Formats: sequence, C-alpha cells, structure tokens
Amino acid sequence: MFANFDFDVIRRSFGYLFLDGMTFTLTLTALGALGGLIFGTMIALMRLSGYKLLGRIAGLYVDLMRSLPLVLVIFWFYFLVPYIGQWLTGASRPVRVGAFTSCLVTFILFEAAYFSEIMRAGIQSISKGQPAAASALGMTYSQSMRYIVLPQAFRNMLPVLLTQTIVLFQDTSLVYVLSIPDFLGAASKVAQRDGRLVEMYLFAAIVYFAISCFASYGVRRLQARISIVR
Amino acid sequence: MNYNWNWRIFFEPAPNGTGTYLDMLLSGLVLTIETALVAWIIALVTGSIIGVFRSLPSKTANRIAFAYVEFFRNMPLLVQLFLWFFVLPELLPRSAGLWMKQMSNAPFYTAAIGIGLFMSARVAVQLAAGIGSLPRGQMQAATALGLTTSQSYRYVLLPMAFRIVLPPLTSEFLSTIKNTSVAITIGLIELTGQARAMQEFSFQVFEAFTGATLLYLLINIVVVIGMRFLERAVAVPGYITGK
Amino acid sequence: MIEINHVNKWYGPSFQALKDCTTKVAKGEVVVVCGPSGSGKSTLIKCVNALEPIQEGEIILDGIKVNDPKTDLPKLRARVGMVFQHFELFPHLRIIENLCLAQEKVLGRSHDEAMAKAAKLLDRVGLKVHANKYPAELSGGQQQRVAIARALAMDPIAMLFDEPTSALDPEMISEVLDVMVDLAREGMTMMVVTHEMGFASKVAHRVIFMDQGEIVEDALRTDFFGSPRSDRAQKFLSKILSH
Repeated sequence: MFANFDFDVIRRSFGYLFLDGMTFTLTLTALGALGGLIFGTMIALMRLSGYKLLGRIAGLYVDLMRSLPLVLVIFWFYFLVPYIGQWLTGASRPVRVGAFTSCLVTFILFEAAYFSEIMRAGIQSISKGQPAAASALGMTYSQSMRYIVLPQAFRNMLPVLLTQTIVLFQDTSLVYVLSIPDFLGAASKVAQRDGRLVEMYLFAAIVYFAISCFASYGVRRLQARISIVR
Repeated sequence: MNYNWNWRIFFEPAPNGTGTYLDMLLSGLVLTIETALVAWIIALVTGSIIGVFRSLPSKTANRIAFAYVEFFRNMPLLVQLFLWFFVLPELLPRSAGLWMKQMSNAPFYTAAIGIGLFMSARVAVQLAAGIGSLPRGQMQAATALGLTTSQSYRYVLLPMAFRIVLPPLTSEFLSTIKNTSVAITIGLIELTGQARAMQEFSFQVFEAFTGATLLYLLINIVVVIGMRFLERAVAVPGYITGK
Repeated sequence: MIEINHVNKWYGPSFQALKDCTTKVAKGEVVVVCGPSGSGKSTLIKCVNALEPIQEGEIILDGIKVNDPKTDLPKLRARVGMVFQHFELFPHLRIIENLCLAQEKVLGRSHDEAMAKAAKLLDRVGLKVHANKYPAELSGGQQQRVAIARALAMDPIAMLFDEPTSALDPEMISEVLDVMVDLAREGMTMMVVTHEMGFASKVAHRVIFMDQGEIVEDALRTDFFGSPRSDRAQKFLSKILSH
C-alpha cells in the first residue's frame, strides 16, 4: 500500500519540522498557557470580587470568547493587534507585529476565558473556612488569596489545567490559517513543495498523537497520585 | 484609530454576484448550521455507542472505547480533517480514492464526518460519566427485575444518563458549531470563511468579522435557550438536571 | 477587653440572627457561650473579629471599635486568636508552615524568629514530632491542637473558640480540652462557644446562654450551674446533662 510513498521526505525535512515548526508550536503552547492562566486567574478574581460591574465585564468577556470559534478569533486578532499596538504605543499608524506575537496575544486572550472558568471552579471549591481562617490570622484579602486560596485552587485544578493545555497544544495548529510555520504549517509547506501530502500529514498526525497521548498519560498519573493523597 | 468604518458595506453587492455582502455571510451561516447538524447527529450516535462501551462491565468493550476516545482526542481536529481529506483517498483502492476526490461536495462531507467523529469522542466521555454518576443500585435493580443488559441500558440507565449530561452536551453541541470553522482549511466556505472572503473582497476587515461575531453570538443564544427548553421539557421531578 | 453592646444582625431582609446582644469579657476572663444549634452563638463569636458583619450596635475590642469602617481589620484580627470548628489548617502547607505563615506575612517576623516560636508552641501542644507533616496526615484532635498553636503564635491578647471540639471523635475531645484548660489557667482571655459543660464548670468564670439570637442568660459559672433562672436554659441543661 505504501509502495509509491517516499517517507525519506521526513528525514530530509527533520530539522525544519522540529527546530523551526515544533519549537514555534511548543513555545506558543507554553507561553499561551502561562499567560492564559495569569489573565484567567485575574478574570476569575474579578468575577468573584463582589463588585457587580467588574464581575459583569469579566463575565461578558468570558461568554464572548467562548461563543466564538478560535479560527475567527485568530483572524480578528491578526488584524486587530496592529491597531492595539498603535493605541498602546501612540504611534501614528498601525504597528507591524510579528506572526508569533500576534498568535501569542490571540491565544493568551482566548485561553484566558477557558482558564478563568477552571480557576473560578477551583476557587469556589475551597471551603469558606479557609479564607475565614486566613482573615482571623490578620491576613488581608490579597494575602489570603495569594498564600491560602489560590495555591490550593491551583493544586486542586492542576489536572484540569494541564488537560486544557493539551487542548491548547492541539489548537495551536489552527495558526495554519495564517500560513504561519508552526509544526503543522511546516509539515504542510514541505508537503506541498515536495508533493508529499500523505507522508507529511500522516507523520504530523503521529507526532501530535504521540505528544498528546504521552501528556494525557502524565495527567492521568498525576490525577491518580493526587486522589491518593486526599 | 485610522480605520475607515463603513457599516453600509453589508448592503453593497458582493463581487461574486450572489447578492449583498450580508447575503454572503448568511449563506455562510446556513452552511455552518447544516454542517454542524450533520456532524452532531454523527457525534451523538457514535458517541453514545462508545459511551455505553466505556461503561459496560466488559474489559474488551472498555478497551475498544478507550482506544477510540484516545485516537480522536489526541490529534488536532485540523490534522484529522487533513487525514480524511488528503490522506484517506490515497490509501484507498484507486477507484474509490478517485471517486472521493471527484465528489462535488467533498469538503462538506469530510467536515461533517470528520467533526462528527472528533466530537463523538467527547460525547462518549460525557455520557460515560453520566452513566457512572447513576447510583449502582439502578443497574442492580434493573437486573433483579429480569431485564437484560441492553434492556437495562435502554429503559433505565440511558434515559436518566442523557438527562444528566444534557448541560455538558449543550456545550459540546456549541463546540461542534464552532469547530465547523476549522473546515475552511479544506475549502468549506462556512460563516468564518465567508467573513474572511468578505474581508478580502471589501477590505472592511472589522465590519466583516463583527458581522460573523454577531451571527455566532446569535447561534449561541438560540442554542442555549433551545436547550433550556429541552431540559425543562424532559426534567424528572426531584432531580435537578439543569445547572 | 471585649465589649458587645446592643448588637443586631440580620441575614437577608427577614432573618434576624442576633437580637440586641450585650455582654462583656474582661481581661483574663474565660466566658463560655452555649445554647441550642441555630441560637446564634457561633455568629456572635464571629462578629467579635468581624468575620461576620453586624448591622446595629457596636463591638469594642481592646478599646478599638470593630465595626468602624476606619478600623484596620487585618491588624486587629492579627491580635485575636481564633480556633474553628473544622480546624481550617491550610492543607497545602506543612504543620510548621501553618504556624509560620501569618507570623511572617502579617507580623513581619523573620523566618528564624517565626520558626523558633512555632517550634516552641508545637512542643507545648505535644506535636513537635509532626512539624513536617501535612495537616491531612494528623488526627482531628492533633489538627485542632495545631490550630490552637497557630493562633497562639500570633501572641494574641484574647482567644476565640468556635465549637472547637464538636467536629472531633469523642476520644479526641479531651486532648484538645486539656490544652484549653491550661490556657485558661494561665490567664488567657477566652471566649468559647462549646457544649462541653465539663469544661465550663471547670474553668469558665461566666456562662452565657443564647437562644434564637438572644442572650437569655449571662451568669457567673456557679450561679448558672446552681440555679439557672430561665426555663430555656434549664431545659437545655437537662437535655445536655441527662446522658
């Protein structure tokens, strides 16, 4: 069946695929998850702050992001980020932003909506007695959040956060729509240049599959360990 | 912001000769809904079977379900669509491959099936969790009454499990709709694709994307309200199925 | 030390949790608050360090009005120790870290100073060997003793106990009460919500009996156990002491 396929194309393009493509994908995943977690936690805190207006704004943001397909959001920010840059820097024309920065902003802002829901659930799962005990010891709201509530929420939600990061890892492949050479983009470029679609796409599928499987196996192990400790 | 807004662009004729730009977006909306509905039917049917497999007291069934879910969950949807669209025809016997490639609606069928199978893994996980959340005594009571395993599932476990997982299924359905936009990579010009086309023709980037955004929000609202009615219609007294 | 003057508190528009409560705890005094569940005794003690807000009246702690918006509550709370029904140790921190955290972050003590203090107090409650364990690895009685040590580490001017033994298995109650008795005998100002009448009759100077949000009886220990005046207190005592 594979007689007239040329799998040597993979070996020939290995450096480009991994040093360029996969590095882009993994960096985008890691920074996107980190930024998404930080922004998401801030959004969650806004929603739980008790300030109605603040909570409402945060809620609308989350609902909006979760209603839109990532592909559309990627397009949005690809065109919007130069204008945001102009507005931030006060430049006279839209700022030219690199592909990576544009994608990173997109993923951070998009994933923040999903991470915020996870962190919100995590914060709400902490019994009310914990912040009460922190207050009784004289801690301020921010101390109680920083030392008592958030560390526990983060720990309890770690498996879910990591699972969401695996989803993010797979979703980064959608930057393909901007013809950006992430791992899939690189594979696709080689595929089209050498006319080796079958080989390259099969290989890309296997690589994504292997990484995701390995990562979700790790998450399952972690989950099992956590549930024993509890 | 030095950007020339022109909201009237929606009522100007589009260069592809099928009406205004608004018509363009609306035709994209229709295609999004059609694709999502077919995909959702596939996801529900296949996902239910695999979900039941996951919960059966049979090692083999569990393993099959596990492998199925892992297969579809651990590859990006985009890559899966490429596999169905570009790779599968090449791996099939020549005549079948040729037939697939020449099919006029290939992007639509590929998207519906590809997204349907991708989502079926998620439906399966949700349903299995719903079955798992039922008290053990339910299955035992059904068996004690003399029901066979399939009867127990059909009449006792599944009716309750589906009610329990209705809220998560709502969000999976919404994901299905959103995921149809991934199919623009295989040439399906659905709502996001039409917005992109409108942006390329008219250069009114933000109007085009705002239009698509509003239509997506509209779909979300309709689905959420519709599912709320459904939840209320099938609610069993004494059980909170919503929230 | 603690003054509670005409305090009224409502939950929502209709439910009044505290009705015109007035009492006083002098320096070095041990006051036990008892009463049936839902009588407002836990609410009252949580109002003392403003974990619960009050709507009317005033609470004065060491000369500072608690329910004054200008009061620096964290600073005030740091000076009053509180022990909770469910211990509320911080599960993600080791025992020793539970004792050090607020010393360092709130009082600004150096790590070494905090560690020395923590070690001393753990020794005092007999749990020095468990310093590096996590709360979940200790029994309920041990956890509650840690919680007392954690509060004492802040060098409090008074201690509040909110049903410190009611979440404990019977065999663990005495180890906690022993620590509390020692504390009382050393002259610590204490306000204790508890059903442990043995503890009350041993060390309390005064006993407050609450019912339906009201302070029904506020008497010296000998008077309370000798001849409680109200019917409600008599009934309550007979129920508690009959077994």
